[in-house]
Amino acid sequence: MLALALCAGCKHPTSSAPALKPTASGTAIVLVGGDKQLGSPGSRLSQPLQFQVNDNLGNAVTGAEVEITGPKGVIFDPAQVLTDENGQATFKVRLGGISGRYELTASSRDAHGKPFSLTVAEFAAGYQEQVGYEVNEKYCSRCHDQDSTVTQVSNYDNLAVKPHSFSNGDVYNKITASDLATIITHGGPAINRSALMPPYGWTLNKAETQAVIAYIRLVSDPPYVAPGVVYAKH
Amino acid sequence: MQTKKTGFLSSLKAIVCDPFTMFGVVSAILLLLLTVAPAKDYLSEWRGYQRQYLTFIQNRGDAVTLRRHFQGGINQIWIPQLDVVDRCQTCHVGVGEASLADVKQQPFRAHPPIPHKLTEFGCVICHRGQGAATTVNQAHHSDMTGEEPILPARYIESSCGQCHHEPLEGTPKLNQGRTLLSRYGCVNCHTITLPDGSTMQATDFPPPLTHIADKTTREWIYAWLKDPAAYSSTATMPNFMLSDSDASDISAFLMADSTPDPADRISSPAASKTPPADPTAGASLYGESFCASCHATQNEAGNLVGGTLGPELTNVGTKVKPAWLLAWMRDPKHYDPATRMPQYRWTDAQLNLLAAFLENKTDPDFVANVHLQPATKQQIAHGKELVMENGCASCHEIPGVPKPENFGPNLSRVGSKPLVQLIFLPGMEHSLPAYLSGKIRQPRAFGASLRMPKFNLSSAQVEAATTALLSLTDRSFSLPANLQVPSTPQSHYEPAGQAGQLMSSLNCLSCHSINGHGGTMAPDLSWEGSSVQRTWLESFLKNPNTLRPTLIRRMPKFNLTDAESTVLTDYIMTAYQTPSFVRDEMPLTGYSPALIEKGRELFYSRYACQSCHMVNPNVDKGYIGPTLTDVGARLNAAWIFHYLKDPQALRPGTIEPNQHLSDDDANALTAFLMAQKGGAGQGAKQ
Repeated sequence: MLALALCAGCKHPTSSAPALKPTASGTAIVLVGGDKQLGSPGSRLSQPLQFQVNDNLGNAVTGAEVEITGPKGVIFDPAQVLTDENGQATFKVRLGGISGRYELTASSRDAHGKPFSLTVAEFAAGYQEQVGYEVNEKYCSRCHDQDSTVTQVSNYDNLAVKPHSFSNGDVYNKITASDLATIITHGGPAINRSALMPPYGWTLNKAETQAVIAYIRLVSDPPYVAPGVVYAKH
Repeated sequence: MQTKKTGFLSSLKAIVCDPFTMFGVVSAILLLLLTVAPAKDYLSEWRGYQRQYLTFIQNRGDAVTLRRHFQGGINQIWIPQLDVVDRCQTCHVGVGEASLADVKQQPFRAHPPIPHKLTEFGCVICHRGQGAATTVNQAHHSDMTGEEPILPARYIESSCGQCHHEPLEGTPKLNQGRTLLSRYGCVNCHTITLPDGSTMQATDFPPPLTHIADKTTREWIYAWLKDPAAYSSTATMPNFMLSDSDASDISAFLMADSTPDPADRISSPAASKTPPADPTAGASLYGESFCASCHATQNEAGNLVGGTLGPELTNVGTKVKPAWLLAWMRDPKHYDPATRMPQYRWTDAQLNLLAAFLENKTDPDFVANVHLQPATKQQIAHGKELVMENGCASCHEIPGVPKPENFGPNLSRVGSKPLVQLIFLPGMEHSLPAYLSGKIRQPRAFGASLRMPKFNLSSAQVEAATTALLSLTDRSFSLPANLQVPSTPQSHYEPAGQAGQLMSSLNCLSCHSINGHGGTMAPDLSWEGSSVQRTWLESFLKNPNTLRPTLIRRMPKFNLTDAESTVLTDYIMTAYQTPSFVRDEMPLTGYSPALIEKGRELFYSRYACQSCHMVNPNVDKGYIGPTLTDVGARLNAAWIFHYLKDPQALRPGTIEPNQHLSDDDANALTAFLMAQKGGAGQGAKQ
């Protein structure tokens, strides 16, 4: 018995699962939770990814088939499932072995067989992004993260000038890496921003500063696109 | 048939006999043979990847640079002193090209940034596999004797642990795994020797069982042995998968083996009988005493709330006997000298209140179905055998049962264990990580006679523990000694004298760290004597009021007597001073109003300190840092000055940023802060 249980636990769930028989269909997939998690490459995300299938009145649909797909290397458990009595489909996700942004797509079909889907992002932090995350948790998130937890109350509401959340790609994607490094090192006033952002150049070392920038780029939404090599025009 | 054969023979004869035909045929064969080697080379896997790479880069903006960097042929990193011959770059062509960082297609992705150079360490030191191989299969997947397959990405942090034995920023999984090995007592049965010769030490000390009969009942021991997680989901005690009769025999032995301790009998029965006047008083005292800083309880929603330093108390009333509980709370060190529980100076009335509150925390179901017959002599003897067989004394002190030496296999090099030495279960993936995590998850599945118990770990914790075990490799012993980064040597500092005894009874080091020894929950006190003013410290010790309103873990009130707090204050003010400056080199008062005003401006505008601190509670809102409304009555001026100049030098790890202040600015800020004496809104007046 134990051996069997163990073997089941060790084996990766294969994609050749028996075909499910959907008993209902909806018209839209909405996210319940579990997106934008930060994990390490190859590891299972701590929270499962949850979706809900709704019909055109916005009511949850039970028994609709949801299939989830992602880039090579991502393992889902299960890969397709019927929505439960709350209309929800839950997937455990193991990220692929390389770091970076992973876009996962949950899809289903409506009564006419027309597919509809929802794409969400998860992040696999490499070494540098992981260091950046830890620096963020220790120093930055106190003000930049609006959400308070029991153990860590956010300072966001107390600030006269509101800091931007690191996932705010509309703001951060426009700031170059060297400008970000300047703000972190010399504080907000260095590029005419608020003095409420103190300088960290004498607290963090250069590698940590670069790591924070790498972390900001990783969790950015919309995703950050590296400018690539820029050549002088003829 | 015959004719056919003769026909063939005759044609062969014709060829052999005719030298021209013969020459032609042999030449053709030779030519054909000569093409085999170049063809094999041309069609080799790695050349295929190099051709793919050239096609892949040709449409990129950086194609010119990439093509210039490209070197065809076998590329090899050779580092003789590390025994590294890695040809991985032959296929992973772009591994050193920073501009290929965003590429998702392997093998062309650039290596993500790490603090080491590939040319200094090569690849296999971290990724394992066969560096010298030039086919994917041999390089990545070989499981032949003496060879190891590539390490799955989720265990990659283990490789950092071959040299780095200290907790490392950026390797949370490895750090967590090492903590688990120490906290869950793995190292009590398995010896783990590190390359520097030190051994891993346990960080959790299970209670001695010398007087266990005073503390709890045989029924509770039985139910606990059967399934510790049923009593407390956070139990570190593993499940030994005991049969009913074995659990019964062990409980019988432990009860028979226990000696009575007179102190556990003493209680004030008269007082404990009367129910408390206010039914919420016990809960209030539990809250006021900040028991939840260390102990967790389950709230009505079923969530655990509280710390993990002490045991979970959700069902403690089912476990402990009332008289023992009173004696324990009066003096925990009497029962368990190694406990981290402080001795609160509670009055008898308070003790009874708390005891009544805790005794109500019960789970009757836990022992409801346990009906044990009185034990026979044979059962007790068998119980003792079982205790020895299961190695209970590896973690617990049990009278008459010596601590076994090397009870489990030595794990110092388990991360390099050859696969041929492992016995896999049918259907199991043949790899070391799969074996190790399987052993942790379901140890008894590998053989019913195995003694390893099953620990109550989540799959993330199993992965972390496996990562820590995989870091214990042969290579970590054979790498040059100058690469080893040892863990910080463990400090055994204990304060001395009368104050030392007091601090030992209060267990200050459970939460505070002093001179490298102690907990991390509360601030480091090594230089507390330089930091605070004497009068403040003395009153704080008597009645701690929090400096950080948002913290949920706080310094409890220990009900110290005046004499006790004076002794402690004297000791702290004298013994815990930093050598980097003289405490009284700056005055506590007498700063010029102009300087104070300049400091005020710097505080609010240039340095915007109010974003994290509060000086005037009516205006300021920041509460990341401590409240500064009465900082002038709390801290010494010299401390403030030097702390502002370099916070991390005085409090390593503090999040207060070093703002690189000039002496003048630091002086003005010090003057401003020293003017904040609390009381009648002095800050507001400024």
